[in-house]
Amino acid sequence: MISNEPQITASLVAEHGLKPDEYERFLKLIGRDPSFTELGIVSAMWNEHCSYKSSKVHLRGLPTKAPWVIQGPGENAGVIDIGDGLACVFKMESHNHPSFIEPYQGAATGVGGILRDVFTMGARPIACLNSLRFGDPKHPKTRALVSGVVAGIGGYGNSFGVPTVGGSVGFHSRYDGNILVNAMAVGLAEKDKIFYAKATGVGRPVVYLGSKTGRDGIHGATMASAEFDDASDEKRPTVQVGDPFSEKLLLEASLEIMRKGCVIAIQDMGAAGLTCSAVEMGAKGNLGVTLDLDAVPTREAAMTAYEMMLSESQERMLMVLKPEKEKEAEAIFKKWGLDFAIVGKTTDSSRFIVRYHGDVMADLPINELGDQAPEYNRPFAEPKKLPTLDPKSIPCPTTITKALEKLIASPDLCSKRWVWEQYDHLIQNNTVQRPGGDAAVVRINDGPKALAITTDVTPRYCEADPFEGGKQAVAEAWRNLTAVGARPLAVTDNLNFGNPERPEIMGQFVYCVRGISEACKALDFPVVSGNVSLYNETNGRGILPTPTIGGVGLLDDLSKMATLAFKTEGEAILLIGDTKGWLGQSAFLATVIGREEGAPPPVDLALEKRNGDFVRTLIQAGHVTAVHDLSDGGLLVALTEMAMASNVGAALDNPPAGLPPHAFWFGEDQARYAVSAKPADLPKIEALAAKSGVSLRRVGTTGGHQLTLAGENPILVSSLRALHESWLPDYMAGGHGR
Amino acid sequence: MKSAVLVFPGINRERDMARSLKLVSGKEPAMIWHAERELPKGTDLVVIPGGFSYGDYLRCGAIAARAPIMEAVRAHAAKGGLVLAVCNGFQIACEAGLLPGVLMRNSQLKFICKEVFLRIERSDTPFTRRYNAGDVIRVPVAHGEGNYIADSETIARLEGENRIAFRYTTPDGKLDPAFNFNGAMGAIAGIFSEKLNILGLMPHPENHVDPIVGPTDGRRLFESLIETLEAA
Repeated sequence: MISNEPQITASLVAEHGLKPDEYERFLKLIGRDPSFTELGIVSAMWNEHCSYKSSKVHLRGLPTKAPWVIQGPGENAGVIDIGDGLACVFKMESHNHPSFIEPYQGAATGVGGILRDVFTMGARPIACLNSLRFGDPKHPKTRALVSGVVAGIGGYGNSFGVPTVGGSVGFHSRYDGNILVNAMAVGLAEKDKIFYAKATGVGRPVVYLGSKTGRDGIHGATMASAEFDDASDEKRPTVQVGDPFSEKLLLEASLEIMRKGCVIAIQDMGAAGLTCSAVEMGAKGNLGVTLDLDAVPTREAAMTAYEMMLSESQERMLMVLKPEKEKEAEAIFKKWGLDFAIVGKTTDSSRFIVRYHGDVMADLPINELGDQAPEYNRPFAEPKKLPTLDPKSIPCPTTITKALEKLIASPDLCSKRWVWEQYDHLIQNNTVQRPGGDAAVVRINDGPKALAITTDVTPRYCEADPFEGGKQAVAEAWRNLTAVGARPLAVTDNLNFGNPERPEIMGQFVYCVRGISEACKALDFPVVSGNVSLYNETNGRGILPTPTIGGVGLLDDLSKMATLAFKTEGEAILLIGDTKGWLGQSAFLATVIGREEGAPPPVDLALEKRNGDFVRTLIQAGHVTAVHDLSDGGLLVALTEMAMASNVGAALDNPPAGLPPHAFWFGEDQARYAVSAKPADLPKIEALAAKSGVSLRRVGTTGGHQLTLAGENPILVSSLRALHESWLPDYMAGGHGR
Repeated sequence: MKSAVLVFPGINRERDMARSLKLVSGKEPAMIWHAERELPKGTDLVVIPGGFSYGDYLRCGAIAARAPIMEAVRAHAAKGGLVLAVCNGFQIACEAGLLPGVLMRNSQLKFICKEVFLRIERSDTPFTRRYNAGDVIRVPVAHGEGNYIADSETIARLEGENRIAFRYTTPDGKLDPAFNFNGAMGAIAGIFSEKLNILGLMPHPENHVDPIVGPTDGRRLFESLIETLEAA
């Protein structure tokens, strides 16, 4: 059909990641052999990353609606109503594969991509978070990956000018060959000025905006849809290069032309670049799109149609403009020094046509490329249930104090200050709760309202029991928002798994999603956006199943916000929720004893709701002075964090009889919080707890500068803090098991 | 107080600065695009805010220092007009020759965002009259290239003329290499021009004026400027 293009052979098809049956399906669809450009286009649209072909059937089970949901999954980002005519726009997305290959640029462009998703909808980004998972600290690559990823996230977000306010960092040998970089962005928009990808109107100009197109990132999305092997380092050229300066200009220019009413539809060029953005805008609006590649601004000479269609050069957008506003929009982009080119038009043909140098390089049915991509209901194995461990069967090999010291200085639970000090977390002057608390709190404009934001998942729970682990990830996000006094509103999910073609991995995926679904329904916490990252696998070994949950909540009044630091001496410390001393899959079992065994703690969603609503009531009423969610490491780690945050110590009471002390202090039973309260408020709290049916136990009193446990030597809070703060900087300086 | 905040492509703390100026002075500053050639008539204070002008590509501040508006800023400064240059603004002011010295990569080679302690070196200036010399204030920094360096002659002159505005110190005002986090010569966080009408500093006083988001130690810098202009 077109000269100078390679012959389509079976091996070329396979190199494009298309399975034989998928290629057959494509041949039937177009009724002839495809051109090379068409093969590239279909491989980009039908890969796992863009088409969600293995996950779609299961994602349909997620709850996505609530009265406050303005836009659920399927757009660039989710949108919720936060009152006063404002909307919160947010999404989380992975950039795992590129970050492993080239950590700085991989992570940087991950941040750039998610920011574009948010401002494409007309929102100004007000916060970023990121959830990172690295391999064993002893693995020779880990240090360089941590260093590169953190610098990349900072390098992009700091320059763009959005505060990075929270997230999480964890380590496990199962991420040795596949790290996770999940970036979340949150933006603020006027509720009636949200912009969508759906094109309307025939003959409207399709406009290319932003940076020029180069040869970087070609086949990035295809790479992200395959396993790694020993030769993966050779894939470096498929990683894109970020330019936060251009992105900042693109933000300002895009928001300006939106304000001026120039835009009909807008789509960011992310995975599969020009191909995916053009097809999605057309398919969503049930329109055809014709592109003229001669008009595309390019960075390199003699690019082919194939390269242009598959380039993942960053900081680019595609828009459908109101024809009468064309000149005005162009002037705005020129002012910001950005490219502006009319590269095509909408048609009524339902075809996606690509022209270049006078040739038709592609002529494909647009809907089938987008919405009607292959879909699989892959076979999956039901995960095996692990036995529940009896806490009495697990002796504590050391003193409670020594175990505590080990936990708070462990890679997963140590302070992540070394990471978040490299992120500008203060820009925009709205960061009310900085990194290190239960949830970040970001003021909305001049207040008094604020958003609470968190990212959560406990991968070892998900590995041991995907269903309970999925529930737990949602419950913990809900709990972290609750702990600062916010009303949890909605989530974005970033589902990271291994190879879905293996039934046990597919089983992890299916059951995690079912768990997420059940928890989101029970907690009235709908999923409004998300991303699936599969094939996080190297040489046949998959990552721990890691369905990261990004939760957003609303505080109506910042004066009724809780923080986790103990405030003053002489206050009662209370434990809210039931403690059975659950040690299966606990941080204590893994870190102190070196075993990852047993069933993880079950999540009773009714109890979560009851206890969380109770805590929020206490915060609203001003009855509590500090609040902290209980998670990894259980009660004693939480109390230590409350003490370290303020240098106010605590004298702790004897644990209840009938439970081994270490199970009481380190058990990870769910639906629990620790709070402090003035003694005078205790009767009110007790009465409320009795009325709500919430279990409440006094566990100590604040005071002094040390932590005192019955039968053990007191330990200075300052020495605990030194341990907690030193692990990560020491490690990054070359210490700890080189 | 009539203030003008310069806006270069890639600047990103201009909104924080404008908001804090409004909060303390009650007046909105004018936002001045880099391609302009004149400042609004009657401008009392020019602010060169923080950010990443031109992406910090080439050298921090080097491109912005040559923007059209900078001629007007030089003229304003030459007449004794006040100029506050923060973070990237400090880098731009050095590149533009308004202040001596240069800001190099932080000694630990990382971008750092945290609260630091600053000792006020003198209180008889338009920018610091509401502080006392020797006061220690807490303000945030957020930069990767804030390591102040100049030749020994320049440093001697700055010290001799008492033109150091702030130094990184311990919470009780002592010099300690552990608190000079970016490795700046003499722990210098900010300097004055010869006539004390230009202040360049790496930390962000504009991020510590609002009690909802943290301490308010930066507030007195803006109050000093207002007081200075009212007294004039």
